[in-house]
Amino acid sequence: MDITSSRSIPDVPTRETAFERPNYLNAEYGWKSWLFTLDHKRIAILYLFSVTAFFALGGLFAGLIRLELLTPEGDLFGPDTYNRVFTMHGIMMVFFFLIPAIPAVLGNFLIPLMVGAKDLAMPRLNLASWYVFNIGGIFTLWSIVNGGVDTGWTFYTPFSTTYSNTYVVATALGIFINGFSTIFTALNFIVTIHRMRAPGLSWFRLPLFIWSMYATSLVIMLGTPVIAITILLVAAERLLHLGIFDPRLGGDPVLFEHMFWFYSHPAVYIMILPAMGVISELVAAFSRKTIFGYRVVAFASVAIAVLGFLVWGHHLFVAGQSAYAGTIFSVLSMLVAVPSAVKVFNWTATLYEGSVSWQTPMLYALGFIGLFTIGGLTGVMLATLGIDVHVHDTYFIVAHFHYVMVGGTIMAYLGGLHYWWPKMTGRLYPTFPSKLSALLVFVGFNLTFFPQFILGYMGMPRRYWSYPPEFQVLNVLSTAGATVLGVGYLLPILYFAWSLKFGEKSGDNPWGAVGLEWDTPSPPPTENFYVTPVVTHPPYTYNREEVHNRLTQEANFG
Amino acid sequence: MASTPLVDRHEHGHGHRHPAHQFETMEQQKESSTLGMWLFLVTEIMFFGGLFTAYVIYRNMYPDAFAVASSSLNVPLGAFNTAVLIGSSLTMALAIWAAQVNRRGLIVLFLGLTMLLGLTFLGVKAIEYHDKFVEHHVPGPTFNFEPEHIKPQALREIESRDPQFQKHTEIFFSLYFIMTGIHATHMIIGILILGVLAVFAKRGKFDPEYFNPLEMTGLYWHFVDIVWIFLFPLLYLLGAHLHR
Repeated sequence: MDITSSRSIPDVPTRETAFERPNYLNAEYGWKSWLFTLDHKRIAILYLFSVTAFFALGGLFAGLIRLELLTPEGDLFGPDTYNRVFTMHGIMMVFFFLIPAIPAVLGNFLIPLMVGAKDLAMPRLNLASWYVFNIGGIFTLWSIVNGGVDTGWTFYTPFSTTYSNTYVVATALGIFINGFSTIFTALNFIVTIHRMRAPGLSWFRLPLFIWSMYATSLVIMLGTPVIAITILLVAAERLLHLGIFDPRLGGDPVLFEHMFWFYSHPAVYIMILPAMGVISELVAAFSRKTIFGYRVVAFASVAIAVLGFLVWGHHLFVAGQSAYAGTIFSVLSMLVAVPSAVKVFNWTATLYEGSVSWQTPMLYALGFIGLFTIGGLTGVMLATLGIDVHVHDTYFIVAHFHYVMVGGTIMAYLGGLHYWWPKMTGRLYPTFPSKLSALLVFVGFNLTFFPQFILGYMGMPRRYWSYPPEFQVLNVLSTAGATVLGVGYLLPILYFAWSLKFGEKSGDNPWGAVGLEWDTPSPPPTENFYVTPVVTHPPYTYNREEVHNRLTQEANFG
Repeated sequence: MASTPLVDRHEHGHGHRHPAHQFETMEQQKESSTLGMWLFLVTEIMFFGGLFTAYVIYRNMYPDAFAVASSSLNVPLGAFNTAVLIGSSLTMALAIWAAQVNRRGLIVLFLGLTMLLGLTFLGVKAIEYHDKFVEHHVPGPTFNFEPEHIKPQALREIESRDPQFQKHTEIFFSLYFIMTGIHATHMIIGILILGVLAVFAKRGKFDPEYFNPLEMTGLYWHFVDIVWIFLFPLLYLLGAHLHR
């Protein structure tokens, strides 16, 4: 290799590299080198900042909700403001945090590393997706500055198209634009996973994180365009007074609900599938074992992606859907629980007889398994028609999806960040505060949302600014929990920032983990690998005997 | 060396093309962009699919209103536009052929023709929109639909089945304007891309070894064409039998 070319292994120290190996962080300096970068690792960092900002904003709205619900009366704000606050909380968290968080930050950073590629297949599209994401966010922020939206994140018609007096169109446009960024990212991932794998990296040698990101990308590609057209129809109907969802003109508002949930239920899997991928990595790494039933876990991701498209009708059990359709959607919804449960069992079986170590990422992963199980099982309860009719639109629903979204996705996101932080920055964060944050998040989360199961079961409806006094004790507990949760989320921001400057150098592989991303320096060089890696064995090869057995198996069964 | 695509270009002095930095070979680059384009078209299918679903549901709910409203559209103009678009798909394919046989002038010519046919389509569409506007067939506060062109016998039958059919025609026109409007937006984007490609072609950017952007744009253009092939019968041909 020509040592004067930019890609050779640089052992001659220059001004920048006198003390450190060249990596993607010190390759270039200045704001332009970040804002015009085509490096997937830098774009991941850009996304990290954007996503954190939107998370903070969504969290602020959550705080306001919990503050208002501290007392039965509406003493912080009235119904109109309350409607706007919970709407903005939902929109910020769903569209600008939960959906992009793991794919755009961890996926962007890790997919090329895990498949042994120099970058994603379309680096320009990747950068464009970050800009588009922020433009969508700014549109939505603009609507907040002007007074927000009060329709709920679901934009149900005809309220959103005819009656609401708030900035529905601006917010809808923001979400429409944001959809492009999600699609760009997903398209990039699918092409990269298909076409950019290193020599020897067959499909069944891919890490499970890649499998789950692939399944997620499929859902994004097939679902997002449908919400795009739906939201465009809402905006058109509102602006031009068309009658597509307007019952006065013979339009059908329930059609909107069908079209909305055709995307928005699969969107739940867009949020949880990447989280499952992260957990598979963490559980294997911190049990020092091959994941139990690798192929089954891989196919479970695809099964969830496919089945996820067939269950949207369970959001319409009380919306005038026929009992026949309701029954079918009920059964199909229970079916999704099967591959999800398969994953939970396989993670648990991986722990069995593993050398489990209690590092911070593992604490988050174990928290995920417990909380996701509760969220998933209550999901099966809700798929049952009889129960759903009883608890529909109560806090039971709110608690259920927060167990999946917050207890699942955010736990996994934080676990993943803690696991790959040394990879991304080359620094270690302090142990004690990070373990404390995992504990605070777990305790705070349960304290916030478990009381809401009880509240919902007792009949407290969601989306109300006030409630009967007998619900106060549980609401106070929930608000107290939210405070603990808030502290738990604040801590990582502080010690991650601290670690950038003062953190101990991590070395290339602080966890002793296996996987292509750990075969290159931390932080990785701009081109990821000095030499294109050649893969000769299956993933999660923590045990040599096992490697031998699996290779024999591969040879026998392909 | 296959793993170092950024090696100095002067080492290969005979116009040999290099893939972008993230790829190992030109072939890998081409396969990637082709797969990416097809995936993009999948999202487009889902996007239009939402609209077609809405169309199917409402046509099923109000078959008479849809037939009556459809009969007010201008079938000859719609048919002419269908022919224009199919012709533009031919010139698009010919532009790619011209690149394959390395005739730069012909690439520019065929791209220009494709743009011209696209603009013709949009021009005709504008005339149709104008007619609808004048007739108060645009949904909204001024919407007014008088089915004067329908056979009286057929009209009586329709009225007996759906007394409110006049009101329900507004849904048809809402869908008509949204579907054709979004289709026209795709055409405008396509024409702009073709313009950029024509400039590139003039500068000699394409040759038999590298004409990927032409091929990808071709896929997009044909897709937009196919959407119209579905729109034309669904919107224009439902009510032709109702005319006096």
